[in-house]
Amino acid sequence: MAESENIVAETAEKIFADLADAQTINHDNKGEWKAPLWQALTEAGLPLSWVPDDLGGSGASLAEGFAVLNVAGRHAIAVPLAETMLAGWLLTQAKIASPEGEMTVVPASPKDRIALAADGSLSGRARGVPFAKEARHFAVLAGGNGGMTIALVDAAKCRIESGIGLGGDHSDTVTLDKVQPVAIKPAPDKFDQTALMLMGGVVRSLQIAGSLEAMLEISVRYSNERVAFEKKISKFQAVQHNLARLAGESAAALAAATSAADTIVHATSLNNDAVFLEAASAKIRCSEAAEKGGGIAHQVHGAIGFTIEHILHRYSLRALAWRDDFGSESHWAVELGKLVANRGADELWPLVASR
Amino acid sequence: MTAALRFDPIRLPEKCEQLRKEVRAFLAEEIAAGTFDPHAPNREDNDAPEFSRRVGAKGWLGMTWPKKYGGQERSFLERYVVTEEMRVANAPTRRFFVADRQSGPVLLKYAPEHIKMDILPRICRGEVCFAIGMSEPNSGSDLFAAKTRATRTDGGYLINGTKIWTSSAHIADYMIAIFRTSPPTKENRRHGLTQFLVKMKQPGIQVNPIGQITGQFEFNEVVFTDYFVPDDHVLGEIDGAWKQATSELAYERSGPERFLETYYVLTELVRAVGKNPDTRSAEGIGRLVAQVHTMRRMSVSVAGMLQAGKEPVVEASIVKDIGTVWEQQLPHRVRDLAAFVEETATNRETLEKQLDFAIKTAPKLTIQGGTTEVLRGIIARGLGLR
Repeated sequence: MAESENIVAETAEKIFADLADAQTINHDNKGEWKAPLWQALTEAGLPLSWVPDDLGGSGASLAEGFAVLNVAGRHAIAVPLAETMLAGWLLTQAKIASPEGEMTVVPASPKDRIALAADGSLSGRARGVPFAKEARHFAVLAGGNGGMTIALVDAAKCRIESGIGLGGDHSDTVTLDKVQPVAIKPAPDKFDQTALMLMGGVVRSLQIAGSLEAMLEISVRYSNERVAFEKKISKFQAVQHNLARLAGESAAALAAATSAADTIVHATSLNNDAVFLEAASAKIRCSEAAEKGGGIAHQVHGAIGFTIEHILHRYSLRALAWRDDFGSESHWAVELGKLVANRGADELWPLVASR
Repeated sequence: MTAALRFDPIRLPEKCEQLRKEVRAFLAEEIAAGTFDPHAPNREDNDAPEFSRRVGAKGWLGMTWPKKYGGQERSFLERYVVTEEMRVANAPTRRFFVADRQSGPVLLKYAPEHIKMDILPRICRGEVCFAIGMSEPNSGSDLFAAKTRATRTDGGYLINGTKIWTSSAHIADYMIAIFRTSPPTKENRRHGLTQFLVKMKQPGIQVNPIGQITGQFEFNEVVFTDYFVPDDHVLGEIDGAWKQATSELAYERSGPERFLETYYVLTELVRAVGKNPDTRSAEGIGRLVAQVHTMRRMSVSVAGMLQAGKEPVVEASIVKDIGTVWEQQLPHRVRDLAAFVEETATNRETLEKQLDFAIKTAPKLTIQGGTTEVLRGIIARGLGLR
């Protein structure tokens, strides 16, 4: 990690440590922690990390933003920081200025499509949009006769059916019915919905990797405290081997996610096989790790980890929920498998070795 | 918790890609000349001494070692490229692989100068084959239970006892082995073992090949009867092998050979499903590709951190743990998907033969060079659980 990435990530880390303590949040039924956290993040310029100064953001680099997201995952942050960052990034692709306040992106699934009509209005339905209910604006990617366009849309002009995802955060259905956007511009050449989904997938991968790092840490700590059969459970070989496997899953997720993020940082376009391999693989492998690693973290904790009072679910359930956003691992596996088959057997190793 | 795990997104430097082209071109020539068949990983009789010399002539053995010993003083990342290309091509590396990866570095560190000058250049030229003598009939994972004795005699030691599961001992010119020079102490049960360089093909050594479930004869029982080892063949500290055996294992644990052993079945499956796979095949292949890509990124990351002088001991053990488990499961996952391959696929027979061999190979992958259980113990220690 470069020094500047460290500084931005450390700023985020400090805010999370001060204002997003998992224990405190877990016992705050009224959600009073939310506003101060969002305000501190905004003052630090983090939600619009990926928006340059002249478009209303703080102009951090892609790498700095990715580092923040990994830290956010470690704290299982339950405000739309990642979503606003991604929305700002999307708007920036079309040089649309970002407004203040919470944002999210529409669509958030490779299956959903938003269409641009000849009159300049947007229509379509997007399911599983994270934090739509809490967002003031949406960054929308839409297809029309003239190609892909990017738009800024006022959330109040859309119909939002509220839903709660696995992790307890909003995952809503957003319907646009001839909505006139606040701003709309053509997407850059070759920028398509796959590019947005790949970027979103890498964002979620970094968050999952972060949550697994946290699950490993709290599981190791718990095993060194909890006594059963007259010794710490960390001294049982079965528990040690489970934790070693959790470390392996956490390591795989971290390696896949940071590698994909690094690839995007250095890519001139999101439209090539290297980016596809890296980003799709990250989402697939991190999602698998969320299941396997999270399962071990729960096993180590026993019944206490299954209680609503314990903080483990804040990480384990969010990691599982994040699997579904911007294309599940099943979706990306099919797409990656098709790509590999289409390139042919003898081109598989050269593709893998090129990274 | 101890320090967090690190897997920096290290990329192979540009010069590696030129080298990769050279290695691929060389291997293509060897395949064309009939040296080996990349589709037949099970050719047991092929220890390819001439191939070994040609690899040496290319400068690809001992390539990170000092030039005065025949090395090239190139980086570990360059060696990484050579290793992975050889592995993926199913090249017959058995004769030189152990010497290049493990034995040479041990000699570099612990052998006296005249032995280094004698043996290392020959390893670099691909002329000598090494074996490693660790396990014994009653000590496998528990390395420090070894009983084969080295008894003091005039100018050296007399060796008596038996090593077992010793890969390539039947073709090896040398073995690096641990023998017992003193009993263990109460304070330290690892005390009392010494590392020796053993010249094979001498009186006093009997090598008995052991058949494996794959049908190959790759490992052996090696019986020592009053075998003489001179003093200058002691490697490192007398009674202190435990300090040496556990260092530098990171290189051995995290290389591409730790997840690519059965890789060929994935290539062949992709060939069998053709350009337009059904959803199930595509999904299965996609997952396997994502997994192997991730393994490789982890492995390259550890190689890069080692090259940079860091000591990613836990990370290296993790790579071997999940890498060997993955390559062990791979043939079974490919078999799941191969059930849907069309009868008319032109490589169907090749795929079936490969699966047959890979499935038979699979059980050893999580045993050889340190079992999964031992590795997880090392990881657990790194996590602060022991």
